[in-house]
Amino acid sequence: MAFAPILRGLVWGALGFLLGGGGAVLVRLLLGLPAFQPEPLITIGYFPGLLGWLLGVGAWDVWAREWFGLPVRREAVYDWRRYFRFTTDHKVIGVQYLVTFVVLFLLAGFFAMLMRIELMAPGPTIMSAGLYNHIMSMHGIIMIAVAVAAIIGGLGNFAVPLLIGAEDMAFPRINALSYWLIPPVAVLLVSTFFAGGFDSGWTAYPPLSEVNAPGQVLFNLAVITFGFSSILGALNFLATILRLRAPGMTWRRLPIFVWSIFAASFISLTATQFLAAGLLMILLDREAGMTFFNAARGGAPLLYQHIFWFYSHPAVYIMILPAFGLALEILPHFSRKPLYAYPWLVAGFFGIVFLSFIVWAHHLFTSGMPDYLHGPFMATTELISIPTGLVFLSALGTIWMGRLRLKTPMLFALGFLFNFLIGGVTGIFNADVPTDLHLQDTYFVVGHFHFTIMGGMIFALFAGIYYWFPKITGRMYNETLGKLHFWWMFLTFNTTFIPMFWLGLFGMNRRIFDYPPALGSVNRFISISAFLLGSSFVVFVSNMVLSWARGPQAAANPWQARTLEWQVPSPPPVHNFPAPPQVVGHPYDYGFTNSVHALVGVSGGSGEQGVDTDG
Amino acid sequence: MQTVRVHVPYDHTHTRRIGLWLFFISEGFLFLALISSRYYLFGLSRPEELNQALGLLITTILLLSSLTAYRAETSILHGDQGMFLRNTLATILLGSLFLVGVALEWAEAFRFFPPHTRFGTIFFTLTGMHGFHVLSGVVLLVFLYFHGRRGRFGVTNTWPVEGVIKYWHFVDVVWVFIYPTLYLVSS
Repeated sequence: MAFAPILRGLVWGALGFLLGGGGAVLVRLLLGLPAFQPEPLITIGYFPGLLGWLLGVGAWDVWAREWFGLPVRREAVYDWRRYFRFTTDHKVIGVQYLVTFVVLFLLAGFFAMLMRIELMAPGPTIMSAGLYNHIMSMHGIIMIAVAVAAIIGGLGNFAVPLLIGAEDMAFPRINALSYWLIPPVAVLLVSTFFAGGFDSGWTAYPPLSEVNAPGQVLFNLAVITFGFSSILGALNFLATILRLRAPGMTWRRLPIFVWSIFAASFISLTATQFLAAGLLMILLDREAGMTFFNAARGGAPLLYQHIFWFYSHPAVYIMILPAFGLALEILPHFSRKPLYAYPWLVAGFFGIVFLSFIVWAHHLFTSGMPDYLHGPFMATTELISIPTGLVFLSALGTIWMGRLRLKTPMLFALGFLFNFLIGGVTGIFNADVPTDLHLQDTYFVVGHFHFTIMGGMIFALFAGIYYWFPKITGRMYNETLGKLHFWWMFLTFNTTFIPMFWLGLFGMNRRIFDYPPALGSVNRFISISAFLLGSSFVVFVSNMVLSWARGPQAAANPWQARTLEWQVPSPPPVHNFPAPPQVVGHPYDYGFTNSVHALVGVSGGSGEQGVDTDG
Repeated sequence: MQTVRVHVPYDHTHTRRIGLWLFFISEGFLFLALISSRYYLFGLSRPEELNQALGLLITTILLLSSLTAYRAETSILHGDQGMFLRNTLATILLGSLFLVGVALEWAEAFRFFPPHTRFGTIFFTLTGMHGFHVLSGVVLLVFLYFHGRRGRFGVTNTWPVEGVIKYWHFVDVVWVFIYPTLYLVSS
């Protein structure tokens, strides 16, 4: 039966939850506390429940049996059912991530549509203020999860082992584990609707997050689980890239997308623990009566903001570094030119990684942080424009005088550059203390981070999806629909978010379901643009579904690209390469005669073996 | 043409070792978050009621357990099964003794600085999070002991031993930072 492992996971998860919760009831009875408090019971029962789910869904069979000296059980499933299994093939896990997060992206987009309906006119329109806050918070956290995991977990998992000439990831079972931690996250977040919701936004600032409805507890557990998943993923990518590069794949020949995943994984591996710690402290304050952030008992609410942003500012680079890498991976192939200033670009990535750890307090300019910290954090924040500038110069140098092939992936990569430029430039006004004091918590900030994350990361995600679609599915997407999707999304995206800068300058507060009546017409315009933007994804989804089902067979190398993944058939066979490829040259040397990137084994491949046919 | 599947010959243990060290770096940041919260909330002061003798005693026990753990690892590298089992057992006992010591500390802490006070918040979180790591280390050592009794480890299969013992040392090193943070710091 196709769904047997998932059913078993659910049953074992429920058993684990009952065991943990029951134990907690027993302990509370012994301590003389009121036995049936839902919040502590959910918190304590959740962790054994999570363990039960993971073991049931497949970790017991392929992993934990080993610890007890039993032989592991592996099923060889190669049809569609493998997508519902604890599979260790990185290509299957990549598709699992990608489909899951595209679905979550559409769900969170639906929440955004509800918000825009509410904001069509001033005053209450279709929902209460509380429900608006819950929907706003859901939109935020799900989109954050999509931004963190869709490129790294989806495209990274699929492409990184192929790009470096490896058979799989370094720890395939940990890879499966980090995917199967995601469904509980989604279930917990959706079930907040039945627990009073959470109205604290994705940032979960105390004191609100310590006194609101039990939905907050589910949110905290979900995000801690998600953090665990992304730490494991990061660990896996680092070990893979350090250890499994094919012979000859030196650091100077590493494809730029791999570099970006490597850099982002450093941040994921370390900073994510701070988010988990902060959310755990909130749980301890709520359930164990501790006083980290409870000012009435001597705690410090500001401490949470420091801990939270020590993760969450670097986290924006977890989102955007792979997006940079993806855009820069695509630009040389579609410009038929070498990647410009490759070593400087890599240095730029690591400059961003380093600086990202010392800028967090620019989120606290108006929070009551000591004034003497304003200057240093303003300075470090603005320093980030230097490594980011290197990335942009490299992109521009690559397309300069190139023979641009304006296919859908290239259009999205160029759209990324345009949007991210606006996002980056408007960020300066948020980094400068004098302007930020005015702009903090207005729609200017909303416009800024939507230009960086949606205009940047999501555009790069779509560039990557179209770019690797033929490799993933073995079929070609419809180019006309792809271009229609790009122009539709690009234009409506800009008409939706550019007016938000204007709204912010005129003082419209974010995270509030109401606004001054004078701003009504601009909001109506934004809402209509947003509905058009939302409808552009109908084109995307229908293109993906129809092309995957009955698109024309894709060639092994439809883009005449030089990197390794295009030298094997589409879709790649189970163990990727017939033999370890020999890497002998740089991946992006388009236009150099007799330049070869790699010699790929004896069977499969396009026959072109990395030889440039176009430049 | 013939398709020949050739696996890249590479050292699995080396890769696993890198994975384990990456895990330690990540865990280090978790403790960094908790330890820095102590300084943010409480500065450099500490309450007088801390039981210094008990603190020093459990620190000594935990450091000693690192010695027996090291001896266990070295003996399996030399193929000495008996010595390995004796030292693993000694590490399990010392680790459990440490946990008993933490329980005694907690019993006192409930009287002097319960969890709803500022220092209690810090104290219970740090010792609790660390104690959870010690407990998981003890569980891993118990697995190691029972597999060792069946002769599953030898000079050709040392990675499970090395991994668990490295984890045990890591947990010890974390305590080396937590102990002064809770007991010794003063202005």
